[in-house]
Amino acid sequence: MSLLEIRGLQVTFGGLDALSSLDFHVNEGEIVSVIGPNGAGKTTFFNAISGMVPPTEGEILFDGESVLGLDPNQITEMGIARTFQNVRLFPNMTVVENLMVSQHCRTSQLFVGALFQTKAFKKEEREIRERAEEILAFFGTRLTGYRLDQPAFALSYANRRRLEIARAMATQPRLLLLDEPVAGMNPMETAELTGLIGRLRDEWGFTIVFIEHDMKVVRDVSDRVVVLDHGVPIAEGSYESVSTDPDVIEAYLGRPLESRKDRR
Amino acid sequence: MTATLAPSGSSVALDWRRALLWGGICALSLVSVSLIGLPVGMNKRILIEPVLSLGYLCLLWIPLVFGYVATTVVVLEGVEARKSGTADLLAGLTAGLMGGIGLTLLMVGLDTVNIRKPLVNWSPQLFRLLTFERGLEFGIPVWLGICAGLGLVGAVLHQLPAVARRVMSWVLFGVMAIAILEAVIDDLAEGFHLEWLTDAMYYKKGGTEGLTVTSAVVLALVLAALPVVTGGRVKAAVDHYRDAPSEDRRRTSLVLFGAIGVACVGLPMILGGIVNELLANVGLFLLLALGLNIVVGLAGLLDLGYVAFFAVGGYTTSVLTSSNSPFFAPEWHFGIALLFVVVMAATAGLVIGAPVIRMRGDYLAIVTLGFGEIVRLLFLSDWLKPYFGGSQGITKVNPVELGPFKVQGSDPRSVFYLVLVFCALAIYVSWRLQGSRLGRAWMATREDEQVAEAMGINTVNAKLMAFVVGATMAAFSGAVLAAKVGSVFPKSFEILVSIIILVVVIVGGMGNIAGVMVGSLVLIGILGGPRQPGLLQEFQSYKLLIYGALLVFMMLKRPEGLVPSARRSRELHQDEYLQDAWLGDDAESEEDQGAPS
Repeated sequence: MSLLEIRGLQVTFGGLDALSSLDFHVNEGEIVSVIGPNGAGKTTFFNAISGMVPPTEGEILFDGESVLGLDPNQITEMGIARTFQNVRLFPNMTVVENLMVSQHCRTSQLFVGALFQTKAFKKEEREIRERAEEILAFFGTRLTGYRLDQPAFALSYANRRRLEIARAMATQPRLLLLDEPVAGMNPMETAELTGLIGRLRDEWGFTIVFIEHDMKVVRDVSDRVVVLDHGVPIAEGSYESVSTDPDVIEAYLGRPLESRKDRR
Repeated sequence: MTATLAPSGSSVALDWRRALLWGGICALSLVSVSLIGLPVGMNKRILIEPVLSLGYLCLLWIPLVFGYVATTVVVLEGVEARKSGTADLLAGLTAGLMGGIGLTLLMVGLDTVNIRKPLVNWSPQLFRLLTFERGLEFGIPVWLGICAGLGLVGAVLHQLPAVARRVMSWVLFGVMAIAILEAVIDDLAEGFHLEWLTDAMYYKKGGTEGLTVTSAVVLALVLAALPVVTGGRVKAAVDHYRDAPSEDRRRTSLVLFGAIGVACVGLPMILGGIVNELLANVGLFLLLALGLNIVVGLAGLLDLGYVAFFAVGGYTTSVLTSSNSPFFAPEWHFGIALLFVVVMAATAGLVIGAPVIRMRGDYLAIVTLGFGEIVRLLFLSDWLKPYFGGSQGITKVNPVELGPFKVQGSDPRSVFYLVLVFCALAIYVSWRLQGSRLGRAWMATREDEQVAEAMGINTVNAKLMAFVVGATMAAFSGAVLAAKVGSVFPKSFEILVSIIILVVVIVGGMGNIAGVMVGSLVLIGILGGPRQPGLLQEFQSYKLLIYGALLVFMMLKRPEGLVPSARRSRELHQDEYLQDAWLGDDAESEEDQGAPS
C-alpha cells in the first residue's frame, strides 16, 4: 500500500482551478519530485496535503487514513512535515529552539511539569534537546556549536534553508514535503543538498516528495517524476521518460512555431 | 543630519536650520507647558525656599535640554567626530533664545488679548508668574536672558569632559529629586529614625516647604563627592555582569532576584505608610503586568481588554466575601474565594478567548477592547444590578484574615505582603513557563502562526492557555484589590487600566520579567496607576500626559524597553546584530565551506 494516496484532488480559488482531478501516490521509501512551470499548482498541492488549504474535492489518504478536514497540526502529528518555498523559520528563536519547538506534537509536558520541574519534564527537555542536536549534526558543523544559540535570522541564506529542513525532520515525520529545497543556492551548495536528500531517505528512512526547478537535482535523486501544468498532471515516470515527453517540453517551452500555425 | 558630517575645521559653520528647528520646538514646548497649567498649578510647591518652585522648574528644564539637544553631535564609527566650537555655543544660544521669544510672545499675548474661554490657563495668574509680578518690562528681558543662558549652558555641556557632564547632571537630578520627594523621604526617615536629618535638610514650616538654600548647596556637594568615593565601581560591576558568560549571568540573576526578595520581605517593616502604600500599588500592577506579559509578550496576542479579568477577580472575591453583596453573600474566607477566582478567571479567559482567538493582530486588539468594555458595562448595568450592585458596586468586603494577620486597606504593609506572595508566585510561573514546551509554543505562535501550526503546534490551544494564565494573574490582582480597598465599583475597571498596564509592559521591556518589574516600579511607583497616586503626587492630574509623552519617547529612542529581553532587543536591532554575527563568522566560514554560504 502506498504511504500517500491522493484521488481526484481539486482545489478551487474563486473561479480558478489551481488543481483539478489530480491522482497521486507515493510508496514508502520513495523519492518523488514534482515539477512544472510557474503557476502549475505545485505549492498548492503541498498546501492541500499539509492541510493549509482545504481541497474542494477529492481524497487524501495518508497510511490509509483520510487527512481531509484535519488541522495542519493534526496532519503533522500523523507524520507529514513540510518546508516552505520562501524560508519561514521562527526568526527570533534560536536554532536549537526552532528544533525543540517542532517536537511539540511528540511531547506532552504541560503546566505541572514545568512548574515543579518534575523528573519527567527534565527528561523530556533533555531528550528533545539531544534529538535537536543530533538532527543538526546531520548537516555537518554548520548548525552546531555556537550557532545553536544564535537566532535563526542571523543565519546565512543557505543555513536557513538547511535549518528549515532540520526543523521539518524534528517533527519526526514519515513523509517529508520539501518545497524547492535548493532554490537560490550556489552550485556547490546545490550539489551538497542533492546528496543530503538521498541520505535523508537512506539514513533516516523518510519518504520524500519535493518540488524542484533545478533539473539536475531532479535527475540525480528522484525515483519518479510527476509533472504538473495548470493544476493537472501531464506526465509521470522516470526522469528520462518525462524529460523527453512532448507534452512536458511543450509545457515548459511552448509549442513549436509550425504547430501553432497548424492550430489556426 | 548633515551638520554632523561637515568637515572638521569649519567650526564657525553654524547649521542654522537645525538650531532654528530645535529653537522652535523649544518655544512651543515652553508655551504649551505654560498653557496646560503646569507652572501655575505647581507654583505653590516650593523646592528650594525661597528661590525655586516646582512650577518654575517645569519651565526651566526646557531651554536647558533643548540647548543640549540642538548641539548634540552624532558620532559615527570610523568618521572623525566634528569638533564642537563656537558654532555650537551659538546654536545652543539660539535655541534657548527662541524659547525666550516664545515666552515673550505669550506674555505680550496674555497682556493684550483675553482668550480665556477656550484656554482655561490663559490667566492673569500665569501672567503674574511669568513676569514675576513686575510687569512686562521686567519679565521679557529676564526670560530672554534666562532662556538664552540655559540654552548656552546646555551647549557648553558638550564642551565639558564626559565625567564632569555626568557628575553635573547627577547632582542636578539628585538635588531636584530629593526636593520633590520631600514627603516620601520624610516618611522614610521616620522609619529609620533619621528625623534630625530631614529636619535639618528641609525648610519645614508645616507641610512640604522644600529645601533651604544652604542644605541644597550641601546636598549638591555631597552628591558630587559620591562618584569620587565609589570611583566608577558601580559601572564596572554592571559591565562585568553584562559581559559575563550566560551561565554566570544566570547565577548572578538568581542572586539578584534573591536579594530583591529579601529586601521585599524586610524593608516594609521599617518603611512608613506612604511608601508601603506605593509598593502595594506597584505589586498590584506588577501582577497585572506579568499576566499581560505572557499574553502580549510571549504569545503575541495584543489584548486591550485585559481589565476584564481584573474585574472578574475583583467581583468574584467581593461577592463571595462581602457581607453586603446584594444577591448572594456567603461571606466565605478569602482563601476559599480564591479557588473560585481561579475558576472564574479561567472561564472568563475561555469565554472571551474562544471567539476571538482566530483573529490576528489589529483585529484581535479591537475585539478584545470591546470585550473589556462589555464586561465593565455589564457590571454597571441595571440588568445585573440585583447581583452586582450596579454603579454602587459591592462594599464591605471582609478583610483577609490569616491567623493573627489581618490584611486590610488601612494597613498598607499587610496588603503589600499579600500582594508580594502573589507576585512571587506569578514571577515563578512566568519564569518556568518561558523555558518550557508551552512557552516555546507561545513564542512560535507569535513568530509565525501558520508555520507554527504546520510544525505540529495546536495554536488555538496554545493561545487559549496564554489567555487563561494571563487571566488568572489579573484575577488574583483583582482579588487583592477588592480586599485592599474593601469594595469594588465598575469605575475601577475602566479601559484606562488596560492601556496603562500595556504601557508598563512596553516601557519596561516586553517579554522580560525583570523588565516588567522595572516598568511597574518606575511607572506605577513614580507616576502612579490610573486611580492610585505615585511618588510624584504633584503631577497627579498630568499623569496621562506624562504617560503618553514617555511612551512616544520610548518608542522613538528605546523601543525594546528599559530592561529588554535579549530576544526582543535583537529583533529590534537586527542590523547591528547581523553585522556582529557575520563579522565573527567570516574567518571560520571560509575555511569550513570553501565557498560563501
